[in-house]
Amino acid sequence: MTDKNINTIDLVNKNLKKRYRAEKRFQAYGILSICFGLMCLVFLFTDIISKGTRGFFYHYLPIEIHLDAEVLGITDTNDVHQILGADYTTLVKKRVYEIFEAKKRKEKKNARTLIAIDATGYRIQDLLKTNAASLLGTTITIDALVDDKVDFYLKRLGEKGEPGKEYFNEAQLLLIGKLLERQEGGFNKSLNKTFFTSGDSAQSEEAGILSAFMGSLYLLLVTFCLSFPIGIATAVYLEEYAPKNKWTDLIEININNLAAVPSIIFGLLGLAIFLSFFGFPRSTPLVGGFVLTLMTLPTIIISSRAAIKAVPPSIREAAYGIGASKMQVTIHHVIPLAMPGMLTGTIIGLAQALGESAPLLMIGMAAFIPDVPTAITDPSTVLPMQIFQWFRNADAGFSEKASAAILVLILFLVMMNALAVWARSRLERRW
Amino acid sequence: MSLSALFVLIMLGATVTYMLGRSRSLALANNLGGIRHLHSLPLYYGAQAALWCLIPCLALLAIWVAFDDSIIRQIAIQYLPEDKQNLAPQELSLLLNTIENIAGGVTSLKATPEMQAIADRVVSLQRLSSILLSAIVLSSLVLLSGWGWSKVKPEYRARNSVEKTFMIFLLGCSTLAIFTTVGIVFSVLFESIRFFEIIPLTDFLLGTQWSPQTAIRSDQVGSSGAFGAIPLFTGTMLISFIAMVIAVPTGLMTAIYLSEYANNKVRVVVKPMLEVLAGIPTVVYGFFAALTVAPMIKNALHGLELSLLSFSIGPLDVSGESALAAGLVMGVMIIPFVSSLSDDVINAVPQSLRDGSYGLGSTQSETVKKVILPAALPGIVGAILLAVSRAIGETMIVVMAVGTAARLTANPLESVTTVTVQMTTLLIGDHEFDSAKTLAAFALGLVLFVITLGLNFFALRIVKKYREQYD
Repeated sequence: MTDKNINTIDLVNKNLKKRYRAEKRFQAYGILSICFGLMCLVFLFTDIISKGTRGFFYHYLPIEIHLDAEVLGITDTNDVHQILGADYTTLVKKRVYEIFEAKKRKEKKNARTLIAIDATGYRIQDLLKTNAASLLGTTITIDALVDDKVDFYLKRLGEKGEPGKEYFNEAQLLLIGKLLERQEGGFNKSLNKTFFTSGDSAQSEEAGILSAFMGSLYLLLVTFCLSFPIGIATAVYLEEYAPKNKWTDLIEININNLAAVPSIIFGLLGLAIFLSFFGFPRSTPLVGGFVLTLMTLPTIIISSRAAIKAVPPSIREAAYGIGASKMQVTIHHVIPLAMPGMLTGTIIGLAQALGESAPLLMIGMAAFIPDVPTAITDPSTVLPMQIFQWFRNADAGFSEKASAAILVLILFLVMMNALAVWARSRLERRW
Repeated sequence: MSLSALFVLIMLGATVTYMLGRSRSLALANNLGGIRHLHSLPLYYGAQAALWCLIPCLALLAIWVAFDDSIIRQIAIQYLPEDKQNLAPQELSLLLNTIENIAGGVTSLKATPEMQAIADRVVSLQRLSSILLSAIVLSSLVLLSGWGWSKVKPEYRARNSVEKTFMIFLLGCSTLAIFTTVGIVFSVLFESIRFFEIIPLTDFLLGTQWSPQTAIRSDQVGSSGAFGAIPLFTGTMLISFIAMVIAVPTGLMTAIYLSEYANNKVRVVVKPMLEVLAGIPTVVYGFFAALTVAPMIKNALHGLELSLLSFSIGPLDVSGESALAAGLVMGVMIIPFVSSLSDDVINAVPQSLRDGSYGLGSTQSETVKKVILPAALPGIVGAILLAVSRAIGETMIVVMAVGTAARLTANPLESVTTVTVQMTTLLIGDHEFDSAKTLAAFALGLVLFVITLGLNFFALRIVKKYREQYD
């Protein structure tokens, strides 16, 4: 008997080291996979932030320019049409040729492609729009925008392999080099205000996110106005009123299934029902809001139901006890008490809607829309769609804009999620 | 009057009616000696009166807005000269669109005098319709408000009636989910049926050639218009498989570590951080996959090729739009999805099972491997199925990081295409609704919908069945 016992213990002891090693290994796998996830997160964010912050800045070349009324072709400073239609391109071009001392055709071409002539012209136009009378005929210093390729090159100057160098020929590199050596009046890098104050543009120097940002706001507004009341009403119905029958089961099954339907399918629904059948205008926040409402409703309903469930039955019973009707119990007691949870769910649903792109692609929101929308029925684009549009553009300048727009989008999302967390921690009551 | 102004007016009218109804009920109650002589509280009388004028007016407004354009269109057709009236429906609608645009003040169109005349009449019709609408809505608002006001009587059961309306509103909202599903099924199904009338179902499901460019000219090269979806299915499967290879082990091990090993402090920090991965918009992942991961893979494999692989396999051809980049990034995106779902399942395993296992002398990892995982297996399988359906339906990452060339391959370094990528490429931009090209997108959508629905259905069934075991 004792022999056998010793044998078992021996057996266990013999394997013990191996088993402990296996234990350690298993734990290490766990730690490794967590580290992998966290590393991906860190890598993703460093990549986004390093690329994105670059897009917020731009290189400018301060130039002195004489606003010659003759070259511009302005005779009457009060005539808005003349100021809008004046020939700024020639004025800027001439000055640029002077700065780069370009005389021959080839030299002129080299010089011309280093500066964003049109965008600089718009800057002068903006100045003249407000006070043409006093500025015309004087010499002003203006920050001329460099071409987007120059900007790309300058931003990556110290890097390995000199990315962007291939855009230029020898003479142009020489010109850039000369300007870089200058102590004063050379390139300066500063915040790209145009990026925040203008809409999309065909020229990357002039492209901004304002129109997409406003489009996103309108879209969120429509989505909120529809999904919040409908979501709450559904949750209240299912939790407080619904009888246990087949119809209620059907509703619940549908909600659960919709939560898992790929978002692109909602885009097909929007295309076939809202655009083709009802004939709503394409590319508008209105239709986008409809589609995203249907998409976010399951999220809102599920979290609202959880919030309603968390309201203790004693509160309902107390209200019934003093003679309240069912609707009074619901409206006066259950909904206010569940509101923080419902709001949190709604904000999370809206954050989801803000970052969503696939269904909007289907209803034509990936369009080139330079104008800032002023109503929910104006064609507009939204931040994720703008990112996608810029991503698809082959120009180097646009890819940088896309990363900057990603940063804006993520900031927006972080703010919304922070709001949700705040709402949860401050307003939610524990029973 | 503009629609929004009318809407605001209706709302104002309803508010006024509410106050009138309420004050009338109060006045009546005063005569009787206090509100206890009323059947309901005064606010219900007000609400009832307001509802009576709000609902019909809004319904009227909605119906009018829904139909006035088509009615004006019908009238405009009457104005057209005889020969234009008998045009084919498409040309007719094009012509009407032009007229409407002219009427809408688009000046860039060249309008012939006749068209201008019709456009002018359309404008006057629209003005008439707007005036009529305002007049009808406003008068009915006043009438209904007066009627609602006159209905206020002490014995009237206002509360019951208001509550019934409220109840119907709630029921209506909750049926929206059903309508959405029905809408999805109908919109996808009808177009798909039309597609299968042009392309046989077997060609679509079993064909290996996908080139949706239909010929514009009959002698055009490369415009066979082949709709064999097999390459799309295999491409989708390849990318989903890569994603799952990343997401399932990582997500599962993360869930096991967090629920079995980690102390509360670590859990509280790590879990939300990983959840952040799930909250990042897919367009950002797509950007990341296309511009950071894909070049990295290309460079890494290029280096590898020089040293090792060229001896054994021969030169590697790494595509810039490889399936690998998209799959990897998608896998990372799905990690928190898998981990939080399996976390729930693992936590649902009763503590007694663990205690029993420890009591027999097993280590923690043995307990996990031999007791907890088998017990949680159905739930984990459910979670994985849900993750697969998520991967199949994912759009933006593949649209941005994967090409559109349909290729039948299992090589993750080549460029493939997926169902969702093709759906977007077929539908982006202007398109006529009848061509096989756009209809194909709906057929693909149908396949996607059926597959994801099936996966979700199974997953939920498995999870539900398992949960009942320990209740």
